[in-house]
Amino acid sequence: MTRQMTGAKMVVQALKDQGVDVVFGYPGGAVLPIYDEIFQQNDIRHVLVRHEQGAVHAAEGYARSTGKPGVALVTSGPGATNAVTGLTDALMDSIPIVVLSGQVPTFMIGNDAFQEADTVGITRPCTKHNWLVSDTKSLADTVHQAFHVATSGRPGPVLVDLPKDVQFASAEYTAPREAKTSHYQPQVKGDMDEITELVEALETAKRPIFYTGGGVINSGPAASQLLRELVEATGIPITSTLMGLGAYPASGKKWLGMLGMHGLYEANMAMHDCDLMINIGARFDDRITGRVDAFSPKSTKVHIDIDPSSINKVIKTDIPIIGDIAHVLEDVLKIWKSRGRKVNREGLQKWWAQIEDWKKVNCLAFTQTGKTIKPQYALQRLEELTKGHDRYVCTEVGQHQMWAAQYLGFEDPNRWMTSGGLGTMGYGFPASVGVQMAHPESLVINVAGEASWLMNMQEMGTAVQYRLPVKQFILNNERLGMVRQWQELLHGERYSSSWSEALPDFVKLAEAFGAKGILCSDPADLDDAIMEMINHDGPVIFDCLVEKHENCFPMIPSGEPHNKMLLGEASTKDAIKEGGAVLV
Amino acid sequence: MSALKIKKGSSKHSAYNLRPNFSDVSETHTLAVIVDNEPGALARVIGLFSGRGYNIDSLTVAEVDHTGHTSRITIVTTGTPQVIEQIKAQLGRIVPVHEVHDLTVDGKSVERELALLKVEGEGDKRVEALRLADIFRANAVDSTLGSFVFEITGTPDKIDAFAELMRPLGLTEIARTGVAALSRGV
Repeated sequence: MTRQMTGAKMVVQALKDQGVDVVFGYPGGAVLPIYDEIFQQNDIRHVLVRHEQGAVHAAEGYARSTGKPGVALVTSGPGATNAVTGLTDALMDSIPIVVLSGQVPTFMIGNDAFQEADTVGITRPCTKHNWLVSDTKSLADTVHQAFHVATSGRPGPVLVDLPKDVQFASAEYTAPREAKTSHYQPQVKGDMDEITELVEALETAKRPIFYTGGGVINSGPAASQLLRELVEATGIPITSTLMGLGAYPASGKKWLGMLGMHGLYEANMAMHDCDLMINIGARFDDRITGRVDAFSPKSTKVHIDIDPSSINKVIKTDIPIIGDIAHVLEDVLKIWKSRGRKVNREGLQKWWAQIEDWKKVNCLAFTQTGKTIKPQYALQRLEELTKGHDRYVCTEVGQHQMWAAQYLGFEDPNRWMTSGGLGTMGYGFPASVGVQMAHPESLVINVAGEASWLMNMQEMGTAVQYRLPVKQFILNNERLGMVRQWQELLHGERYSSSWSEALPDFVKLAEAFGAKGILCSDPADLDDAIMEMINHDGPVIFDCLVEKHENCFPMIPSGEPHNKMLLGEASTKDAIKEGGAVLV
Repeated sequence: MSALKIKKGSSKHSAYNLRPNFSDVSETHTLAVIVDNEPGALARVIGLFSGRGYNIDSLTVAEVDHTGHTSRITIVTTGTPQVIEQIKAQLGRIVPVHEVHDLTVDGKSVERELALLKVEGEGDKRVEALRLADIFRANAVDSTLGSFVFEITGTPDKIDAFAELMRPLGLTEIARTGVAALSRGV
């Protein structure tokens, strides 16, 4: 069935047909026709954010916590340019989002019209694909294509730029099933010969390890399920990147914890010494590999990824498998079972004994003494008091993010929203808004540093307006903690612009927005304060004053391999050499 | 806690230097990319090269299928084998890209480029220019009493050689199309 309607109505209809129930956005001149259509219907809920960056991060939070694409709607010019950080963030972390932007009318494009920007030009390098719709006839089809591209293959952000005259003009609506089939159909099934090679390697390996990433979560719940089955059945240890936390449960017996620059000692040592590395949906990011020419020198490397460009980009792979994680793992299990479920028991036993030895280092140990809260202690207590809850955790970027990854445990996928690739300060708060919209009854916590949190604090207005009981758990050290840590280790303790003066009174700030503020500075009060935060039915800013000069350990210094980890303050002397100093 | 004593300018490393060396030897490859002829398609390809630091030695583009609206982009690029592989994988990732062919490894191919050269001069030089043009099978497509415009088709090397010979004979301007290439045989 086709129907005649305006472009603006088509946008709303197409969103409905794509199963969208919530849109995060901010109106402006070039999207007024779409806002008018949104006003006249009740199927799609619009959340008015306070800044377009917030809209895109909220859409990301929604997408990461549901597995469905998130949608943001912004106006032309500044609306679109404000969306750029969120788009880049979603591109780096492969998050499916669809951003709809208004544009000046087609006949004004190129005239430097009011609020005109070359949106498709600006966002071309920070989207998976983008479109400028120049004719209402192709509008619905383009929106359907946008959803297809955002969610197929390696997911990512897309943008559809909609000139105002195209929104006003009428044409026939194209339903999703009538839309053109895209030639963009990435391969999902892995090559069987390569999969068999992987199984053969797995049967004989003495020191195998699974190294998993965000790709497992992007592949969907089935991928996590299959991963768990494979790990339990083979008894092979598993570590994960920051992006992949929750695919395998933190309480699982084979779990080594996160790897990488601030990963656990046992995870990094096992990566360095393994003889078979099975990378499942991770991309050998520089935070993971450290120094690449000394990266896991003795191992055969298997890489399962849906994106062919990830293979051999950084680390040379011996067995590359291109395909969707769930499809590939299903085949791996099938073949491994049919060949008699073999593993090298003797080798694995010794391997686990070695890993148990590394675990004894107890790299996350800390001592909470005195009257000042250690940030690690704050997170340990937060974990203890919230782990039984139906919980979603977002973070900002910095030390608190790494501590959250180290001290919080994730039992399921889609429960952990953090800006991994781009490292966007200001991501967590709007993301928590998006998560809470998708999961109104759940406990949504944003673990933040005070500096990151201030970057998008305007979203308090959104949280209060929509009664979103998001808990902003701010570890306040009055410093840009990670910057300060690097300055301490690398720049002669010259703390150039890395402390926050003139910080707001967070309790009063919360009250000014009509929310609840809680201040806690004494370790003895911490549990009660956290309980008060959890039990409050509404948004809370929790100002947790913590040790100001705490450093985040363990740490692989820039330019060093995995087995050169620093475990604590004593090992930091001259840790970063000249070559590492230029790395970020 | 001690500071690192880094002398200004003493550090030559960058994150990229720490990459493993798959092979250091640079190779020149000719790639043919079939892409939807839609606005921005060429910008995506060029943006990929500039954004990721790859080289473009030559690039030509034109619509080759007027009903299917697909264009053929021929790119000559230089890089280590690993970089060439990355370029192909990255090109394949662009949504409007249908096919990526590496004509350098897929078998034998023909490569041709067209150039127009303006040569100004009189007397012996003018005669010599005409004679050389004949040897190179270049056509004079415009003549005045003081100048010629030659049209020449061939491999980039042949055009380079012709231009070198024309330089002392009064070459003032040159326009080149860049390489178009097709695989040989079926």
